[in-house]
Amino acid sequence: MRDVDQGAVPQVAATIRINGRPEQLLLDARVTLLDALRDRLGLTGTKKGCDQGACGACTVLIDGKRMLSCLTLAAKCDGREVVTIEGLASDGLRHPVQDAFIRHDAFQCGYCTPGQIMSAVGLLAEGRAGSDDDIREFMSGNICRCGAYSNIVGAIREVAGRGGA
Amino acid sequence: MRPFEYIQATEPAQAVATVTADPATDYVAGGTTQVDLMLKDGILSPSRLVDVTKLPLQWITADAAVIRVGATTTMEELAADPTVVRRLPFVRESLLRSASVQLRNMATIGGNLLQRTRCRYYRDPAVDACNKRKPGSGCAAVTGPARMHAILGASPHCIALHASDLAVALVTLDTVVHILGPGGVRSVPLTEFYLEPDGTPDIENVMAHGELITDIEIPLLPEGARQTYLKVRDRTSYEFALASAAVAVVVEDKMLRDVRIGLGGVGTIPWRAYDAEHVLREAPASNETFRAAAEAAVRDPFTVPGTAFKVELAKRTLVRALQTVTGVTQ
Repeated sequence: MRDVDQGAVPQVAATIRINGRPEQLLLDARVTLLDALRDRLGLTGTKKGCDQGACGACTVLIDGKRMLSCLTLAAKCDGREVVTIEGLASDGLRHPVQDAFIRHDAFQCGYCTPGQIMSAVGLLAEGRAGSDDDIREFMSGNICRCGAYSNIVGAIREVAGRGGA
Repeated sequence: MRPFEYIQATEPAQAVATVTADPATDYVAGGTTQVDLMLKDGILSPSRLVDVTKLPLQWITADAAVIRVGATTTMEELAADPTVVRRLPFVRESLLRSASVQLRNMATIGGNLLQRTRCRYYRDPAVDACNKRKPGSGCAAVTGPARMHAILGASPHCIALHASDLAVALVTLDTVVHILGPGGVRSVPLTEFYLEPDGTPDIENVMAHGELITDIEIPLLPEGARQTYLKVRDRTSYEFALASAAVAVVVEDKMLRDVRIGLGGVGTIPWRAYDAEHVLREAPASNETFRAAAEAAVRDPFTVPGTAFKVELAKRTLVRALQTVTGVTQ
């Protein structure tokens, strides 16, 4: 850790509950939640794609709602609850959406996958998986350059209880 | 990017005092414009940010005549509001056709109205000529490749588009913006809130530095008013409009009584098409009157080669929205 310039750069203290664990951070106010997760906390499951709010790879749940961690200042998350892809499994068991993505081969290179899965978890909680068209519309914030879309829709459809075909 | 200080405001008047006192202090709400322009594009560089999302401005109330929306209510929250769902479905449509769910969970209503243009020349610090960013420097968009740009309210000084969908619906409803400043609260109709660029593209609205939108007041349409928001774009979802039309009408015996029309994707400001409304009011609903209204709506466009297609596209978008909302297609 270099501590040059520490006096010149304003620091912000933030306590963020991440995957159920309170994390106390002292941050340069410029640090985004995405960079705090990856570089400070070693939670590299959340991916940096475009880093400008266009691709959805950095999607996490903040207070239960899906948001983009690349456009969220970490300092804004003080007192809030963040769930990342690393926090989805419970008792060593994968989340149903994670299982469905594996079963449906809903990825190719895998880079967008954590964001796709977090977004899908959000979408299911919002009750927006009623039709394939709805899934496509309300997953449109997550871009997949490999084009695994049809299998992503299939995986979400299955978890929504509308069949696994 | 230069370092900045971050403060969470807890009381509106104190937030206003803090920002008013210092030209280098800005507000941040959802962050989808401010953080983007500061951290990613390097266009804005305030030395201090005052976060307004902890202020008590995240609420929606409604009575028989109006719905009031606190400025830090999110776009997803407003779209889900029961009064909006029942009485203002075209406002809901304009919201749900904006951005993505992730962005709508972050972006606030006040921030949506104050969002900055997506003009790529404005957002690229390597581009010298931008009257909006650097007054007097010229406009690179007028001579360079342009597509997602404005044709109404535009001029050789600036063709930057106001990309909000929501504001296009709200501007038709005579929405009122409540603004808190150091001297108290003032109220400005949304139709008078935005300023066409003319010779000063850097001045986008009536807000003075430090003023804060606290809430907006949206008058409801009469029960039975028909309404639609039609958005035409390069892809089906998660894309800005090439052209859009917000239309609300009251129809009696195929005669148009109340008519409200807003156009998006084409204006330097969210565009209220008064001339088109005038053509249609007390006129029969027909393709002929719809087309006449569309001609009136886009009468004096300023185009560059990349945006010339929008003249006809905007007209057809409005005609189709009028057909949809009236059920008249002949």
